[in-house]
Formats: sequence, structure tokens, C-alpha cells
Amino acid sequence: MQQFRAFWEPHRIVMAVIFAAIVVWCAMTLRWDWLPDYAPLALEGLWRTIWILVVTIVLGFLLAVPLGLAQAIGPWYLALPAKAFCTVIRGTPLLLQIWLLYYGLGSLFPQYPWIRSSELWPYLRQAWPYAVLALTLSYAGYEGEVMRGAFAGVKRGQLEAAKAFGMPRFTMFRRIWLPQAIRSVLPTLGGETILQLKATPLVATITVIDIYAVSSRVRSDTFIVYEPLLLLAVVYMILAGVITLLFSRFENRGQRRAS
Amino acid sequence: MQAFFDMLGLGSSAELLSLSPPGWGGNLLRGLANSLKIALGAFGLGLVIGLFGACGKLYGGKVTRDLLAVYTTVIRAVPELVLILILYYVGTDVINKISEAMGGDRVEINGVAAGIWVLGIVQGAYATEILRGAIQAVPVGQIEAARSFGMPSAMTMRRITIPAMMSFATPGLANLWLIATKDTALLAVVGFSELTLETRQAAGSTRAYFTFFLAAGALYLVVTLLSGLVFARIENWARRGQPSLKGAR
Repeated sequence: MQQFRAFWEPHRIVMAVIFAAIVVWCAMTLRWDWLPDYAPLALEGLWRTIWILVVTIVLGFLLAVPLGLAQAIGPWYLALPAKAFCTVIRGTPLLLQIWLLYYGLGSLFPQYPWIRSSELWPYLRQAWPYAVLALTLSYAGYEGEVMRGAFAGVKRGQLEAAKAFGMPRFTMFRRIWLPQAIRSVLPTLGGETILQLKATPLVATITVIDIYAVSSRVRSDTFIVYEPLLLLAVVYMILAGVITLLFSRFENRGQRRAS
Repeated sequence: MQAFFDMLGLGSSAELLSLSPPGWGGNLLRGLANSLKIALGAFGLGLVIGLFGACGKLYGGKVTRDLLAVYTTVIRAVPELVLILILYYVGTDVINKISEAMGGDRVEINGVAAGIWVLGIVQGAYATEILRGAIQAVPVGQIEAARSFGMPSAMTMRRITIPAMMSFATPGLANLWLIATKDTALLAVVGFSELTLETRQAAGSTRAYFTFFLAAGALYLVVTLLSGLVFARIENWARRGQPSLKGAR
């Protein structure tokens, strides 16, 4: 209650009223008659955005753990390629990477008859495998760098204690090293996930119909410019808010267990 | 030179990338120049917005602070691609309304200027947060000392706060500059002829996708690595006189 009262100072109430007035004005005067026609497509696009986001984050993180590990403790013939991969991914625009994979591989594959006759061909002809691949590699590149720092940051004493108990190396990694690294990296991970959400609309440029592509279609079909874009911005803000909430809940749980 | 490329089996790629007209190298370099122009302008505009935003967030009134919080939150939560579209349409609409009100015709917007305006607003939100953190890291005693000597607040800012915060701000600003160079690629979606769009056009008309996208990637990478060196020097310069961090741990 006290928090509530501290937040609602007079000037904030005035600002909230102005904001509400703007929202009402938008709802009354702008054109929303296209909404019912495109709602099913928009839901489908929203689902595809979330699906791509979740899949690429999970796969990218799985790839980032060995990348970080190789850079933190690996011998030079593993550390060097991992470092080079992260530098290249972080040093070039994601849009370029997506187009390289989609247009480059997409023009390369049909030249080989054995690929055309393989079981995978129906998937390779579509756009989304390239989108998922590009976003996964990008997330792995950024996260590999973060995981390197996290692995290096785990206290030596913890690992020595595990060794002193006679833990095998893999158990030590699974029980001590990885959990501590992940806990220290959770706040960064939340930010990176929002960055990944903001990267998903790029897949619309290679004909994957996500929520951004739906808004572009509304714009080109009906010549209504601002309404779909505003709604799109609101949708992304809600998604970013949900991600922030989820991660703060993860972080709290980690801390409660620690104490 | 030609024989060397032929030996490697890259003869056709070298021909495609040559600078004179049958090759597309000149187009790529022109695109790179446009990209760098937009990135530099946007970074500069972002710094100016960021400096005012940081001062507003730290020293401004309640309303200013809340409005700036809304600005930074919204910009950082919405994808750059969506912001670019919104700001692009708003910008062209406003300019055309003004020109029509003054009795002129519809104006064709310069691509570089529009790119700078759009990306600058996005960069400003990030710069605000970076500079706010850096200003807060300046020891209060230094600013109090300046005040006790009777320095006006603008002079305190110029002579004390900004030089002292530089060493805290450079790592974040270096990151922001790299984001700026990579975000220029997004302007390809709106149709500005910067590096990525030039590359796609060259690749599309010659069907040599790998050659051109890899070449453009190499150009971006060179920019990134060179900027890394430059910013390392700037950070060294900003840290001059401070005790070395080596051996502190």
C-alpha cells in the first residue's frame, strides 16, 4: 500500500490521465476496422514469433556453453576457433548473416541432386530453417562471450573443493561449475533475451510470416500506416515485459535457494 | 595479382569484386561510405541526446525524469526495425506537412539524413543510460570542489564532470558505436542504399551470393576491429593520470 502511494504522486496521476486520454483518442479516431480481418493471421504470426524466440534461445544457449567453455579453459586449437566465431558473429550485422544463409545456402543446395532427393529437402525449401539457424548462431555468438566470463568467474575454491571430494570431472561441471555460472549470468541473460526478441522481426525479410510481417502486410494491403505499427510496438513491449518478469522470477528463486 | 587469384580458384570472385565497373567493388565501397556516414551522424546525435537526457534524468524535475524514463524504456523494448519504420513515416509526414503549409511541394527526403535522424533517436536512449551511469560514478567531492570555487554549473559540466566521466563512459560508448554500425544494415529494409542493400543488389544481379555477402561481412568486420583499436586508445587517453588497473586484483 505504501509502495502504491509512493508511486502515485500528483504529477504521475496527471501524466496517467493524459496517457489514458491519448489511448482513448487513438481508439476513437484512428482506423481499426482492419483488425477483425487480420486477427487470425496476427495470432498465427505472434505464435511464430514466440516459437522462433524460444527455439533459438534454447538451441543457442546449448551451443554457447561449449563455446564459452572452450574460450575459458580450452586448449588453443579449441579456444581460437571459438573466439573467432564469436568475433565474426558479433562484428557483422545479423541481417547480413540471415541473407547470407538464406540466399547463399538457398542457391547452393539445389545444385546438388542428392540434397534435392533427400528427406530434408521439403524443409530446406522453406525459409524458417534458415531463420532459426541464423538466429541460433547469433545468440550463441553473443552468449558464448558472456558464458566465457561466467565460467572464468566461478571461484577456484569451489572447484578445488569438488575435486577434493573426489568428484569426477563431468559431475563437477554439471553440479558445481555450470549452475554457478548460470546463476551469475541470469541478469545478462534476461537482457540478451530481449535483444533476441528485438532481432526476430528480421526473419520477415526472408518471407517468414511473423507478427512483424503481418503488420507489413496490413500496411501494403490497406495503406494504413500508423495503426498496425503502433499495435506492433505495443505487442513487443508486452512481450519484453513478460520476459523481464519471467527472468526476475528465476533470479529470485535462485537467490532464495542460496540463502 | 590476377594469376595469383586464378591459382586459388578465386579468379571469378576477384573479377566480380574489382573496383572498375564490370566489378561491383565500387558499389560496395560506396555503400560502406554511406553506412559509416549514417553511423557517425547517428552516434553523434545519440551522444547529444544522451548528454541532455542524462542531465535531465539526474538533475531534472519530477516530470522530466518520468518522461525520460518512458523514452528510454519504450525505445529499448521495441525492435529497432519497428522504430525505424515509425520514425521514418513520422519524419516524412511532418516534413511534408510543414512544406505543404508553407506552400511548397512534397519533399524527397535525403536517405542519409533520414537514417541519421532515425538511428540517432534510438542511440539517444542507450546513450542516456550509459552517460547517466558514468556521471553518477564521478566522485561527488570533485563536483563539490568545483562548486566551492564558484564555477557556474555549465563550466563544472564542461571542465570537471565530462572529463572525469569519460573513462567510465568509453567502454559503453564503444559498444554503442558498434551497435550503430551494425544497425545501419537495418536501413536496407526501408530502402537506403547502404552496404547491406548494395550487397544484396550486387548479389542478386550476379547470382554470386556467397562472394558478395562474405565480402560485405569482411568489410563490417574490418570496421569493427579497427573501431576496437581506436576505442582502446581513447580509453587509454581518458584514463590518463588514473592509477593503472593492472595488478589491482
